[in-house]
Amino acid sequence: MKEVILIKNGELALKGLNRRNFEDLLIKNLKFRLAPVSKFQFTVAQSTIVAEPLQEDADMDRAGEIISRVFGIAAFSKAAATEKNFQTILKTAREYLEDDLMGASTFKVEAKRADKTFPLTSPEICTEAGGYLLNAFPHLTVDVHNPDIKVTIEIRDEYAYIHGRQIKGAGGMPTGSAGRATLLISGGIDSPVAGYMMAKRGLELIAVHFASPPYTSERAEQKVHSLLRQVAKYSGRIRLWVVPFTEIQEHIKDNCPEDIFTVVMRRMMLRVAQIIALKENAGALITGESLAQVASQTLPAIVCTDDVCSMPVFRPLIGMDKDEVIEKSRKIDTFDISVLPYEDCCTVFTPKHPKTRPTLEYVEKAEKCFDYAPMVEQAAEQARLVIIDNR
Amino acid sequence: MKVYFDNSATTAPCPEVVQAVSEAMTVNWGNPSSLHYSGNSANALLESSRKAVADRLGCDPGEVYFTSGGTESNNTALFGAAYQMRRQGSRIVTTSIEHPSVYEAARRLSAEGFDVIMLKPDAYGNISKEALFEAITPDTVLVSMMFVNNELGTILPVQSIRTAVKRAKSPALIHCDAVQAFGKLPFTPASLGADLISVSSHKIHGPKGSGALYIRSKVKIKPLHYGGEQEKQLRPGTEAMPAIAGFGAAAKALPDTKQELERVTKLRDYLVKCLEDTGIAVINSPADALPYITGISVPGIKSEPLLNYLSERGICISSGSACSKGKKSRVLTEIGLAPDRLESPVRISFSRYNTKEEVDYFIQTLISAKRDIMPVKTEKK
Repeated sequence: MKEVILIKNGELALKGLNRRNFEDLLIKNLKFRLAPVSKFQFTVAQSTIVAEPLQEDADMDRAGEIISRVFGIAAFSKAAATEKNFQTILKTAREYLEDDLMGASTFKVEAKRADKTFPLTSPEICTEAGGYLLNAFPHLTVDVHNPDIKVTIEIRDEYAYIHGRQIKGAGGMPTGSAGRATLLISGGIDSPVAGYMMAKRGLELIAVHFASPPYTSERAEQKVHSLLRQVAKYSGRIRLWVVPFTEIQEHIKDNCPEDIFTVVMRRMMLRVAQIIALKENAGALITGESLAQVASQTLPAIVCTDDVCSMPVFRPLIGMDKDEVIEKSRKIDTFDISVLPYEDCCTVFTPKHPKTRPTLEYVEKAEKCFDYAPMVEQAAEQARLVIIDNR
Repeated sequence: MKVYFDNSATTAPCPEVVQAVSEAMTVNWGNPSSLHYSGNSANALLESSRKAVADRLGCDPGEVYFTSGGTESNNTALFGAAYQMRRQGSRIVTTSIEHPSVYEAARRLSAEGFDVIMLKPDAYGNISKEALFEAITPDTVLVSMMFVNNELGTILPVQSIRTAVKRAKSPALIHCDAVQAFGKLPFTPASLGADLISVSSHKIHGPKGSGALYIRSKVKIKPLHYGGEQEKQLRPGTEAMPAIAGFGAAAKALPDTKQELERVTKLRDYLVKCLEDTGIAVINSPADALPYITGISVPGIKSEPLLNYLSERGICISSGSACSKGKKSRVLTEIGLAPDRLESPVRISFSRYNTKEEVDYFIQTLISAKRDIMPVKTEKK
């Protein structure tokens, strides 16, 4: 018996003539992500991708775990592949699904016969296999409407596949299918969630983190690495640029009115991020802002920050409450890392009474107090690359 | 120059310790419970380590129980004593400035129905004897007080507990977390009047992962773990021999406590004088604190940037205590420190290896930090 994974790619099936491209990309992503487990061979049939390990002792449980976090997959199931001999199929079903069937009290059998040359029809397969399994597991009863477990037998061209439970996939679109975008990540709760959400829609992530030693520590940067490693479990490899930001922050502190520190700082950050994004061929920026969460995230403040960007700024959390964001961050296991209490670039010089309704005119005037352009260029220039690969 | 002034967080293992640990992993690596020559010699090592710790504590080796460290000793003492005494009463008296391993254990006991009283400190982290006498009632079953506060060095009136317990005619067991005092301040179980005393190995140049709980003979507490016969069933599980052997070696290698205390007092006085002369920091610790620990604040500079700055220049100190990382210190909040000082606390903690030259370098670097680091507002986000 050979074990394979059957992958249903959901939304991709709706992509018409581009479907092939999406599928190819998904397979490329799967190959890359599954590499530590084994080399896999992929075949596409209808809306199913069959992933077959080329290494005999491949850890298929681990492969399943990895696949559950790959975007672009609606559902998947581990399946036994056998020759298309009905007796073999029955025996395999009994052996392969023994644990599942022992743990269930009701079941049903579903058959899909793609290969119409197979001697039994789908209803016949169901009846025969149902009887056989009832005989083998006398504690079971049949429930066709709401079974504890559904045994699926698929007769396809080369093999018959037998599987039990179907596992929900991560959904979304294959990473990279929507292009690249640059995520600004501080170390808080929001930005990793924002990155996750946009990666889910098919963006490949480039991350930018601003470090301001000695105001922020090495631990703060390590924390960002940990957060991104967690996000990378879904998004795949992330290129992180760590930008030296102390000089700019000190100049803001020295030269600008205190009530506008944060907005000016965010404008500088977006400027640097945009330079890096262009260099990385990224088409958008991503931030974890949520409307009115803090003074720099009010509508007038966002108007002021967006003004420095020519590329779109995606803010997937804009309409979310904090507890909704927290719920998501717990789901992707970033919350516990985010709440580690290290100072980050955003908390270094927090004004006492920030302006909640800054005007562009006021901000631009404040910014003119120092010659920031060369500093911005230099910060982007001196950014250090860290590859975050959590395979 | 490398300066390690964070000895209340942990200390550098001394050469004797490194050798003992290494021997326990290369030569004498047996299981002390085994009945063959390998087990016998491991058992001998276990017992000689126990004796070394007992000698330093001033008690009988039979009263020393090895644990994984200060946190486990404190947890074992609090839960073990509270559960043992449950039928005689439910009142527990402790302080609000204990180490988290006592404080959180007490909070847990409170959630389980014990009546936990937390005495509040004065501005220097001390607990008044009057409050102590008032708090201990006939139905008090456990009193737990640290000997030396880990953030301020304040020496607490542990010796008065016995008298207070007597006067209240209470059956209470007395626990003292002496992790920061062991090997630094002269004391014995008798002089403290304690039934249970927690000590830790890695604060006296021993390895991490080892500590001990002193339990006065005839005093019984409930074990928290069940299993084999090790540590008289109080702490079953195969003994962590490398760590225990290292702890024994560290205890043996401790210099004369009084002499060392005098030397470190001079060093502390010099540090305080320099800080006061330059006016760069305010001292949070009381004048009569254990000189190994000096809590200060550098108003205007948050602790974290200062720590980073000093770290880049080879100096290790901590903000508050090592266990709390960036969070605001509970101890310093409890003593009512002013907001600007609460944002900027750092702790300098000495060991027997520190010198006057290191203090000089620290002061110089602190002066340059004050110049280079921009002051920040004290308000939070």
